[in-house]
Order: sequence, then C-alpha cells, then structure tokens
Amino acid sequence: MSKRASWLLVAFSFLVIVVLIAPIFISIAMSFTTSSTLMFPPVGFSLKWYQAVIQQPKWQDRLPVSLIVALVSSILATTISTTTAFALARSRVRGSGLISTLFIAPMVVPAVVLATGMYFVWAKGWTIGPLSFGGKLVGTIIGLILADIIISLPLPFILVRASLGGLDKTLEMAAKNLGASPLKAFFTITLPLILPSILSGFLFAFEISWDEVVVASFLSSPRVSTVPVAIFQQLRETLDPSAAAISSMLLFASVILIVLMTLVRRKPKITEEE
Amino acid sequence: MNLLNIRDLYFSYGEKLVLNNFSIDVEEGEFVSLLGPSGCGKTTALMLIAGFEHAQKGSIILGGDNINDIPAHRRNMGMVFQNFALFPHMSVIDNVAYGLRQRNYKKDEAYKAAEEALNLVQLHGMSQRSPGQLSGGQQQRVALARAIVIKPRLLLLDECLSSLDRKLRVEMEVELRKIQREVGITTIFVTHDQEEALTMSDRVALMREGKIVQFDKPNVIYEKPRDAFVASFLGKANFMEGIIESSRDGQYVMKLANDELLEFGTKQTLTLGAKYTIAVRPEKVTLSTGPAENSRIRGVISLVTYAGGTTQYGVQALGRDWIIQSQNDTVHGANFAVGDEIWFGWQADNSLVL
Repeated sequence: MSKRASWLLVAFSFLVIVVLIAPIFISIAMSFTTSSTLMFPPVGFSLKWYQAVIQQPKWQDRLPVSLIVALVSSILATTISTTTAFALARSRVRGSGLISTLFIAPMVVPAVVLATGMYFVWAKGWTIGPLSFGGKLVGTIIGLILADIIISLPLPFILVRASLGGLDKTLEMAAKNLGASPLKAFFTITLPLILPSILSGFLFAFEISWDEVVVASFLSSPRVSTVPVAIFQQLRETLDPSAAAISSMLLFASVILIVLMTLVRRKPKITEEE
Repeated sequence: MNLLNIRDLYFSYGEKLVLNNFSIDVEEGEFVSLLGPSGCGKTTALMLIAGFEHAQKGSIILGGDNINDIPAHRRNMGMVFQNFALFPHMSVIDNVAYGLRQRNYKKDEAYKAAEEALNLVQLHGMSQRSPGQLSGGQQQRVALARAIVIKPRLLLLDECLSSLDRKLRVEMEVELRKIQREVGITTIFVTHDQEEALTMSDRVALMREGKIVQFDKPNVIYEKPRDAFVASFLGKANFMEGIIESSRDGQYVMKLANDELLEFGTKQTLTLGAKYTIAVRPEKVTLSTGPAENSRIRGVISLVTYAGGTTQYGVQALGRDWIIQSQNDTVHGANFAVGDEIWFGWQADNSLVL
C-alpha cells in the first residue's frame, strides 16, 4: 500500500471511531453535569446524579431485576444453545436445518413483532390441545427471564456451532480410542476446546438481556421492570441527568464484559520447556 | 495364531456400498497394510475395526471374541490418525498419559509410563511442550507414543505418514517398523502408497471397491499379482493382450490387438487360440544393442528418464509404448539416448500370465 493510501485509511478509521464513540462520550460527559436537565456541553462537574441513582428507590429496585434476569437468562440460553449445537453437530438428526433456523430466528424477527407475540402469550397463555403455556407472566421476573432466553439464544448458538464446526472431529475419536467414554471425551476434550466460544456466547447473551428495551417494555409492569426500560421511560418524561448517569454505569458494566471477552478469547499458554 | 478375524463385513453409507464382503485374518504380532486407491474402503475398514462405525453385516473377532457390539472406548486399540489428532489444549505428556488416565492410573504412574513411551519414540525432554510447538515428525511420534503406551491389542495407523515430507517419511517408515517389532504389537496400516506398504508390511492386502483383491507377502503380491489391477497398482508393468497363435518349446507367439506379433516365453502352458493378458515389470526387461537370447524385440528409445540408481526408458516397439527400467550398474550410467535402435526381451520366468 502506498503511503498516501495508508494515510487515507488512518483518517477514515479515525472518522469511524469518532462517529461510533462520540455519542457514548457525550452521554458520559453529560452525566457529570451540575445542571438539573440533560445538556451538552455539561455545566461544571459533580457526581450528584450518580448519588441520585444510588439513592433513588426506582433504580435500586430495577438494578437487581436487570441483573437477575440477565444472569439467569444468559446462563440458560448458553446451556440450551450449546447442547443443541453439539447435538446438531454430532448426530444426523432430521430437520437440523429447521432447528438451526429457529435458534437464529430471534435475531432476524423484528423485536416489536417478537414482543407483541410474546406479550399475548405471556399475558393470556397459549393452548394447543392438552398443552398450555404462559398466562400471567407479564410483570414477573420469570416472564422476563423466559423472554430474554429466547432473544439471547442466537449468538451463543452461532458461536458454539461455528466453533464445533471448526473443531477436528478426530480429536473426540482419539479420546474415545484411548478409552474415554463419549461423556468423558466431551468433558475433557470438546468442552475445553469450545469453552472460549461458550463464554463469549454467554457474555453476548448477558449483554443482550442487559440492554434489552423493546421486549422488556412490553413485559414489564410498574413494579417489575428493568433498568433500560426505566431509562427510556424517564427520558420520555423528563430530561433528568440521572438517566445519563445510569447509562454510564451500564456502559461501564458492558466495558468490563468486553474486557472479559477479550481475555477469554486469548489462548491459554502452555509453559515452555523448563 | 490369528489375533483378528474379520468375516464378511458389509458396510454402506446410504446407497453407496463401501465394504462388500470384506474378510481378513491377521496374525499376532503381524504388520499388515490395507492398500488401495482412494475410495476403496480401506479407511472405513479401519474405522469399523476401531469401533467408530458399525457394519450392517459381518463380524469382527478379536482374540476369539466377537467385538461387534463393543463401543470404541472399550476396544483397547491404539490409533494414529492421519492428522495425528493431538489434543491441542494439553501438553505432550498429558496427551500421552491421557489413555492411561482413562484406565485409572495414578497421575505419577501415568506420567512415568508416558515418559518411557516418549523415550521409545525418541522425544526426550519434550514432555512439557504443547503439540503446536512440535514439527510434523515430532507430532507423529507423540501420536505414536500415545497410541502404544496403553498397550493396545491392535495398533491402527491411518495414512499417518502421508502428511510428512519424503525424507522424513522414509525415516519414520524405518523407525515405525523398528518400534513395532520392539513392542511386538499387531498393526494394521492403512495407506494408498504402494512403496510404503511394500517396505513396511509383513503382508499387504490390496483392496478395490470394498474387497480385498489379494492378500500376500510384499514380494509375492509384487511378483505374482493375481490380476491386471494388482499388477498395475503395485509398481509398473507392460501389459500385452492378445490371442495365442502358435507355440514351440515354451515360446509363444501372440497376436496383439494391432495385429503385431509378439514372441515371448513363459513357464505356464497357454492354450492356442485363447485370449490372454501378459504383464512384464519394467525392471525385468533387458536391453541390448543387438538381438540376443531373451532380447528379440526391436524397438526405438523414445524417452530417457534418469533417476540416479536406475534409468527408465520409454520404448516404441510393435506399434506401442513400453517402459523399461535398467540398473545403472556402472559409472558410465545410462547407455542409450532417444532415437537409438535397441533390442529387448525378458526371461520366460518374468512373464506374468494374468
């Protein structure tokens, strides 16, 4: 590449970074304002809105809900997608294409459509013959968890499936050949090798549930709701800078997750010859 | 004594019949190669023996017991995979000790045995490395150590030399054979490389379309091939097909498809007027500057391929091409050039009647 072209590339990258990051920085900057409404540039510097967040019962109630929903739903979504991806990769199941499509569908279907459908099922229940599901789930933590499991399935599923696809099948065969039962072979060979993907999948799933607004606003009640829903509602009603403060806190949590993800992705080193 | 008896295996992937009436007996301590072109079913046969696939029909008997229904992990067979299949997240020593750990060895006992196995394959002081830090040849040795340390009933090798470069491969061939003799382990080696099969095996089973065509000692399978497929797959050969016109004292005249007459000797009795295929190996043909006994066919050199110890000639004679290989037994080396008129022929013993 010529010098000129590489300079252009640097400039372009810089522009992209600015466009991507500027809104985030604006939001962080605004959270430190001393003014009583959101404004940019911020006026002065104070931590009072952070204090407000910590003290306001509204946020105190919602943070645990958000955390529990994100944690439980991401653990379950990761477990379900890992086991399903493994089953699809290792057996000749009929309709495996259909199953894959269903697992990826929540990512493709518009959130509003999904949310509307869920709202009716969660609220009224759905009966097919002797089986019935849902009803009275709106405004409950279980309802939010179930919904978030569904919307966070695609990423762990895609990641684990890709990782299994790239995994040499003969490794598992070699383990069995050496006397490991299929279960032992999975836990000692396959699982450690796909673990980075499972963990990334889990972090993505957590992130999706943690940030989710659309579905959560359909399934929330004034008493049980998540942090992003509350931020959204508050921004519509007032321009209280505490929303910027809580956003910055959410962002901070996400940054920690991204750092974790990078660490997980890094390959473990085996010590050199002693 | 036979350690392994395989009887009438049938195996198909959907519509495709991969093994068709596959049977073989392998003696205790023997090194047997399954040789054949790709798609002949040799790897599938190995997978069935290892228990990774299951035959629709037939039986696999190991030491007198039918092992058809025994899952792979309880068969006690050591396998070296084509890509070695070393566990990338484990150190060399953990790779080798893996099988012992599955057999409930204590950690230090497993490591001790694994170190011994690594010494046997001449990998001293490599035990803490990760497989990714090793060369292809070293990975191969780790895979071999991992397979033999469990003292398997059978050692199964799946084209495991094919990924190495030529020099290393030849080295590993010799070493593999040495280790195999030392440990005295019955071995089944799958390969598509005829040279590898001939140099390493006690017996070679040549496969075609899911069946064994010929199962013999390397010299027998090379010198006494059962049919044209065996003769052409193992080494090179000049094939002649035609009808016997006349005979005199073991000398026959054959009318080839292009109406040329070929005179040759054979120890076998051929029927006049019948159609035969005769083969002769390139190195069994002698070249001379003039007509002589056993050298009565006149030809013209069309191609010279010098290969150090030998020279291979392409010869035009009787309206067709011949391959003749001659030993460069003097420093003067190859004596003929393209366009030279030569005479060639072979001893009656060397005519293979197929």
